[in-house]
Amino acid sequence: MPPPSIYRINPIRDLAFAIEFMKEPVGHHSPGLQRILHVFRGEPLTDKYVLVTVTPHKKWQLARLSGERGKPLRRLDTFYSCLKEAERDVFRRRWKEATGQELVLPQQAEI
Amino acid sequence: MLTITGYPDRIYARPGDTIRFMVSCESEITYRADLVRIICGDDNPDGPGYKEEELQSDINADYQGRKQHIHAGSYVSVSDARPLRALDSFTVQAFIWPTTPLKGKQALISKWDAASNSGFALIIDETGSLAIDIGGNGAIERVSVGAPLQLKRWYRVGAAYDAASGTVRIFQIPMLAVPDIADGGTKEQRLGVRMGSNRAALLFAAMPGDKPSGLDFYYNGKIDGPVITSRALGEGDCEALIGQTPQRLAFDIVGRWDFSKRMDSQIACDLSVNRLDGKVVNFPTRAMTGWNWTGEIMNYNEDPSQWGAIHFHDDDVYDAGWESDFAFTVPAELKSGIYAARLRGGGDEEHVWFTVGPAPDEESEIALLLPIASYMAYGNDRLGMDGGGAELLNDILNVINPHEIFLNDHVEYGGSLYDAHSDGSGICYSSRLRPLVNMRPKRQGTLGGFGGSKLWQFAADTHITDWLEAKNFKYDVLTDDELHDRGYQILAPYKVLITGTHPEYWSTEMWDAFDAFRQRGGRIMYLGGDGWYWRIAYHPEFPGIVELRRTESGVRAWPAAPGEYYQSFDRRQGGLWSRLGRAPHGLVGVGFAAQGFDISSYYKRLPDSYKPEAQFVFEDVDDEKIGDFGLIGGGAAGLEVDRSGGELGTPPNALILAKSENHTNTYLMVPEEFLETAPGLGAEEHVNARADMVFFTMPNNGAVFSVGSISWAGSLSHNGYQNNVSQITENVLNRFLDSSPFTAD
Repeated sequence: MPPPSIYRINPIRDLAFAIEFMKEPVGHHSPGLQRILHVFRGEPLTDKYVLVTVTPHKKWQLARLSGERGKPLRRLDTFYSCLKEAERDVFRRRWKEATGQELVLPQQAEI
Repeated sequence: MLTITGYPDRIYARPGDTIRFMVSCESEITYRADLVRIICGDDNPDGPGYKEEELQSDINADYQGRKQHIHAGSYVSVSDARPLRALDSFTVQAFIWPTTPLKGKQALISKWDAASNSGFALIIDETGSLAIDIGGNGAIERVSVGAPLQLKRWYRVGAAYDAASGTVRIFQIPMLAVPDIADGGTKEQRLGVRMGSNRAALLFAAMPGDKPSGLDFYYNGKIDGPVITSRALGEGDCEALIGQTPQRLAFDIVGRWDFSKRMDSQIACDLSVNRLDGKVVNFPTRAMTGWNWTGEIMNYNEDPSQWGAIHFHDDDVYDAGWESDFAFTVPAELKSGIYAARLRGGGDEEHVWFTVGPAPDEESEIALLLPIASYMAYGNDRLGMDGGGAELLNDILNVINPHEIFLNDHVEYGGSLYDAHSDGSGICYSSRLRPLVNMRPKRQGTLGGFGGSKLWQFAADTHITDWLEAKNFKYDVLTDDELHDRGYQILAPYKVLITGTHPEYWSTEMWDAFDAFRQRGGRIMYLGGDGWYWRIAYHPEFPGIVELRRTESGVRAWPAAPGEYYQSFDRRQGGLWSRLGRAPHGLVGVGFAAQGFDISSYYKRLPDSYKPEAQFVFEDVDDEKIGDFGLIGGGAAGLEVDRSGGELGTPPNALILAKSENHTNTYLMVPEEFLETAPGLGAEEHVNARADMVFFTMPNNGAVFSVGSISWAGSLSHNGYQNNVSQITENVLNRFLDSSPFTAD
């Protein structure tokens, strides 16, 4: 596994990329958004967010990995019926964990 | 959570063959078994839906389930014998290269009886130091060197026990001492206990314990050149045992094992006069560089004596060895296809599947060749939970499914060729004689793209069987396992051979048989991506296990170590076929170019597609854009994609009919495609990060059509099988079934 990114997310400078992600979480991304996602998605396995299939193709539960083979993941009390919604929610959580701030989108960028 | 798992003793069968089914239930439940034929293994509600056909069979019944264990952990077992039993005073010595010295107690060489606590066990103790336990009369005494071993460094270790004086001397000598690192030492101690004799087996890398196997304390690391003598030797004599046995010590040797002999076997050869050959259990890695490897030669065939190490792992597994629950003999009238014993119980469902080929002279014109070696390579992958950077690679969240949680709870089920052993070294052997819980219908894979069906390998290949059925083509299902075993003769009767979606791993025998079909007028439809990438080897004696060496270059989950590039099973150099002089581009026109696992894309037609000789491919296809839809990532070009290139070996008569475009930047070039590190290796910038659709003719009226994309088959069923991917596939298949020569008109 590659080492974690050393890029430090700046909640002001990088806000535009968060807005971009909220519009389309999956697929083509600008280089600026890619750089943020390398931070988020490259987090170590310990406590890494994952989705657990509850009902195939329909329902998923948020969980965090133990990071150690043989040790169970930890399920959180958050469920999704849409994978893109899950992506957005996890992005928000990681944004807060990385910057210490809630991700607040400008009103016109709300989706 | 899974409650039932199982595996068949064979993966392919023909009428008259008998398959045995080994089943384990997590609790003592009654389960129901039914014979089914699998048609479409995809339960995505946006697709054609899951399809299987229930069949009458004498196996259809209720069975009482029970838990069956897998005993992971490799070791060598030398049966008890008089010379070992008679040991009173002794010396034991070996070279070791520990990979997890601080894991806790690990046995190196033991002759230990757990019931009477008698015998000896040379171990790495809880502090990471060499130690020996001597037991007798119910008492155990331990002597430790008291200096932690360092990771991945060679040591000469051993112990000399003199029964008359009751003293033991143990030694741990680094082969390359380092200033200020106290990792060696000798300790001599008089014991209060006198070693008791026992009838236990002599074991390397394990000793008796409380695990269900009856053993425990499995060792991680290499052992090279273990030797046992019948008296306590001084340091001078121990050192003299390196290399040729001096004449003065010849009569003291009880056993001297040389792991560089018969490296393709599961025998540990004893070169002593006692011939105490050991049995190698659970396939630890052989043909590993030993303590004396100079680095001057890389090929063990030139001087095997430098490859005298076996690398043991506490999670190695070969044959689960379960008792069978029932057996099925393939009746003569059963048509070729993918069949399974469907097991239901405890709220769970398991498909223990196998293929049935046709009876002799009953072949269809079309054969679908399932890539079993590639299923084994990915079997029980742990990519979603502990396999590294899957989320970063895929640019989507990892989705964990019940079978992956089960695997995490059951380390003993082993991993895939994409995983690491518990000591971090790559897994280079994979067996199907254990439940491969991800190679099942309906079960999603970490690499299956965003949303959609998210299938990978076996389940994804049923998109092809589903399409063949929907289009009423009569076809047979063969496996590359059988191709390896029986060669070209199984392909010879067919007009058209269709591949699976990801036939990545090929033994030399498989490649040669496939190429013979191509050269002798066969017609090939390569409906996948990243094919013919890695060479593998099958074991010459033991069924159902393959070997891979991930040597220089290629997309690699782990690297083979220097000097360990040659396969122990067949003596050949392993690695990328393209670096062994057989690029897939020469075989099927395209080869692995880029991979990404978020969303798939589409192809655009190229000028070659309008040439008269390619007209048959695009009959009734009006679109320029091909496959901008599908169940795997949403497009026909995706996951792993292959490009053509004359410089890489694509035949000069190949028509490049279409190429994919608009891939995301998570699609990155494979490493063997670039030399210098440079920006711009993503598909948004790199011209070669693409799939090419290729057609070319071969001598003797043969032909090859390749799509170079794993996700192609996921688009076949779109819009009730009425779409341009389906139409192109059907056009090519119909034309390939027509024996007339290919002409421009």
